[in-house]
Amino acid sequence: MHEWALAESVIKSAVEHAAAEKFKKLKEAGVVFGELQAIDKEIFVFALEELRKQFPGARDCKFKIIKQPAAFRCKACSHKFLLKDLKKTKDEAEFIHFMPEMAHTFLKCPKCKSPDFEIVEGRGVTISYLKGGR
Amino acid sequence: MKSIDPRPSVIEERLKKVKRIIAVTGWKGGIGKSVTACTLALLLAKKGYRTGLFDLDFAGASDHIILGAKGLFPKEEKGIEPPVLEGVKFMSVVFFSENKAVPLRGANVSDAIIELLAITQWGELDFLVLDMPPGINDAALDVMRFARKAEVLAVTTPSVIARDVLARSLELYRKLKVPILGVVENMAAGARTKTAAAAIRHDRGLEKAIGRPAALLRTAFAADLGRALKPLGLA
Repeated sequence: MHEWALAESVIKSAVEHAAAEKFKKLKEAGVVFGELQAIDKEIFVFALEELRKQFPGARDCKFKIIKQPAAFRCKACSHKFLLKDLKKTKDEAEFIHFMPEMAHTFLKCPKCKSPDFEIVEGRGVTISYLKGGR
Repeated sequence: MKSIDPRPSVIEERLKKVKRIIAVTGWKGGIGKSVTACTLALLLAKKGYRTGLFDLDFAGASDHIILGAKGLFPKEEKGIEPPVLEGVKFMSVVFFSENKAVPLRGANVSDAIIELLAITQWGELDFLVLDMPPGINDAALDVMRFARKAEVLAVTTPSVIARDVLARSLELYRKLKVPILGVVENMAAGARTKTAAAAIRHDRGLEKAIGRPAALLRTAFAADLGRALKPLGLA
């Protein structure tokens, strides 16, 4: 249930940004799930529904989950690659789930084997957009 | 709109019930920051304070070695709850790295710190001791950004080099209005220097106590640090 902590950050952040944007009502938030972190959608959505009770500003907000594939670029050889090109054990996947930066410990550029790569996109949880009435 | 990183929004909440945050720092490597941070956490816990220890030196994480932390892993509970060792809630990157190298660039270090600060449920603490990496880098800047109530405990050695670097670090912390508890002079040959709040004698028995918290607390190093708690305002 570590998803709970991230769901809390999403709902709190969405409500705070909606207030800063002077939305009268927060209607919709786009929540991006980066493939690398492998967030459990069911748990995350359950947490959001529970947390909604604590955040009246998000009472009627629709949280739209958008899955984003993970993409990498090697800083040593400039090779571009995807998560499906990489091998990891179940334990390694679990550690990356908690801390996506562990990708640099367990994954390597498939071309030159360097751990010095950039996570171009699809790292973790972000909010891509907010919609609200002014 | 630009995408929003939601994680920083909950960091203040995660640290809300932590009364004091002590950042054990010193910009040179190898001056005893980690042993000081670990021993400080053990001393505070022994005195009955609810204490946490967070090893922020991702590249050179070593608190788990000093504490002999084996077979521990955080518990998942609306985030992650640090395992408790000798009364100290302990968090480190090694729980997720299997004690392998963590080759991170600056932006990755920052991302990793934000992630752990956002998901770690410290609960109620009297003290959270942060073992800072050497230098003024992403970890140090992130701590100043997110843990605004952090107070600096600076570690140095009698070396002219360490003292010079220390002076620069203290000047910066003063400019940034970060409270400085004081300077601990580690590996001291004799009496403390004028600028140090406490001196910790060079302890030849310290190495043998590494990995054994009970033995660590019986060292001359721990005795000297224990005596420094009051002058540093920590007891």
